Amino acid sequence: MANVGYSKKVMEHFMHPRNVGVIENPDGYGKVGNPVCGDVMEIFITVKDDIITDIKFRTFGCGSAIATSSMVTEIAKGKHIDEALKITRGDVASELDGLPAQKMHCSNLAADALHEAIKDYKSKKQQK
Amino acid sequence: MSKIYLDHASSMPMDARVFEFAKPYLMASHGNPSSLHSVGLQAKQAVEESRSKISEFIHAENESTIIFTGGATEANNLAVKGAALRNITAGKAVVASVIEHMSVLNPMKELQKNGFSVTFIPVDSTGIVDLKKLEGALTKNTVLTTVMYANNEIGTIEPIREISKIVHEKGLYLHVDAVAAAGRIPIDVQKDGIDLLTLSSNDLYGPQGAGALYIKPGVKIQSVLLGGGQERGLRSGTENVFGIVGMGEAAHIAQKEMNRESSRLLPIRDRLITEILKIDQSYLTGHPLQRLPHHASFRFSYIEGESILLNMDMYDIQVSTGSACSSKTLEPSHVLLAIGLKHEEAHGSMVLTIGRSTTMDDVEPVSKASNETVQRLRKMSPMSQEWRK
Repeated sequence: MANVGYSKKVMEHFMHPRNVGVIENPDGYGKVGNPVCGDVMEIFITVKDDIITDIKFRTFGCGSAIATSSMVTEIAKGKHIDEALKITRGDVASELDGLPAQKMHCSNLAADALHEAIKDYKSKKQQK
Repeated sequence: MSKIYLDHASSMPMDARVFEFAKPYLMASHGNPSSLHSVGLQAKQAVEESRSKISEFIHAENESTIIFTGGATEANNLAVKGAALRNITAGKAVVASVIEHMSVLNPMKELQKNGFSVTFIPVDSTGIVDLKKLEGALTKNTVLTTVMYANNEIGTIEPIREISKIVHEKGLYLHVDAVAAAGRIPIDVQKDGIDLLTLSSNDLYGPQGAGALYIKPGVKIQSVLLGGGQERGLRSGTENVFGIVGMGEAAHIAQKEMNRESSRLLPIRDRLITEILKIDQSYLTGHPLQRLPHHASFRFSYIEGESILLNMDMYDIQVSTGSACSSKTLEPSHVLLAIGLKHEEAHGSMVLTIGRSTTMDDVEPVSKASNETVQRLRKMSPMSQEWRK
């Protein structure tokens, strides 16, 4: 089995990622990363009464980029947006039983993508 | 499904015949070749036999041209720094192709810090060194030029004989890193016009931890590792007798079997390339014809190489990638950038290097797994969706 220093949980999320895909007309959309660096993540959310009722992601990147995206959607689903905004990169990594040191920075952008999606939702809501 | 190992460029399994041959030197024949008693002499004799085998393998003038080292990285360091520093009175300029291995490039950069003029020669989109630029870079002060025989990441074979002619018109020595090429294509240091040549045991199905540097008679070089003066004073330290004996036998076997084995691998490699290039937006990297017979390297748009590697491993197929995310430096492969790929293109690379365990029966499961891997990752990728729009 592959071993680039990934935990079993990272590999499990890589092999069976949760919530992959697109939400048409999402209430919030966030995209972070840069293809030049090798990681791009986007998150789509559906929000009802400030609760994230549905969430999907798409990711271009390495094993940890895919696993962290999958994990952050799992953590955020069903949460109030204020709670979801408190989810940090560190939370995602520890829920995955850790990430290799060199992956902590570059491939752990999933929480940022979630925050962007929530900000997008909030600004759309204000415009209404 | 059983394991299909397609990462022979990273490490080859030791040949069982090599292990059988060298095994006594792990335990029973434990002598230090420098000892004068019978146990030491036995070890010394085994090392010298190995030296002869390596010398024959590359068609060297004689066995004393071969210096054993602790691996190819050490041999490259010895060649680059040893030749440059020893010949400093003849000039302080060195030249290297931009696609050299890090164990050549980093010593070159160290020379640069220490006042040497270093010129890196670009390659074309297939990985062939630009001979005009090479010619233009050489001066009477160029003491060392280094170009690899073939590249490990893209499989491209360099025109070494032409390069040798160009180098020797103005410059002093030509060093060739033959780690990827040795055992795959014939090497004749005399006919090729090579002054220094690096070999790795592990890339010949020999044990890890052994390498060799060929030094043409008359070539002046100094040690970079000082100590008790083993290996004509050029590589101090007690010899790794097991590694050296194994390397000699591995080279001997490679020499006997190379033609037959390479003819066996060639159609397998070509089938793999044909099948994998059927995948949408897939491209061969490296030269289509001037390439090593065991080497098939690709890039796929919109996906990333470490994910490809991990996904292929789920099918129990081991591959390699030049992606940044798989490297310690988090930089994409300098070789893929040198052939003109953009960063995002270089991220999506997959390298297959086949070997003695590979058969034609492996082609179908590997092609199928490659296709499924690319499709699965593209489905997840925001990049491919943008492209479809």
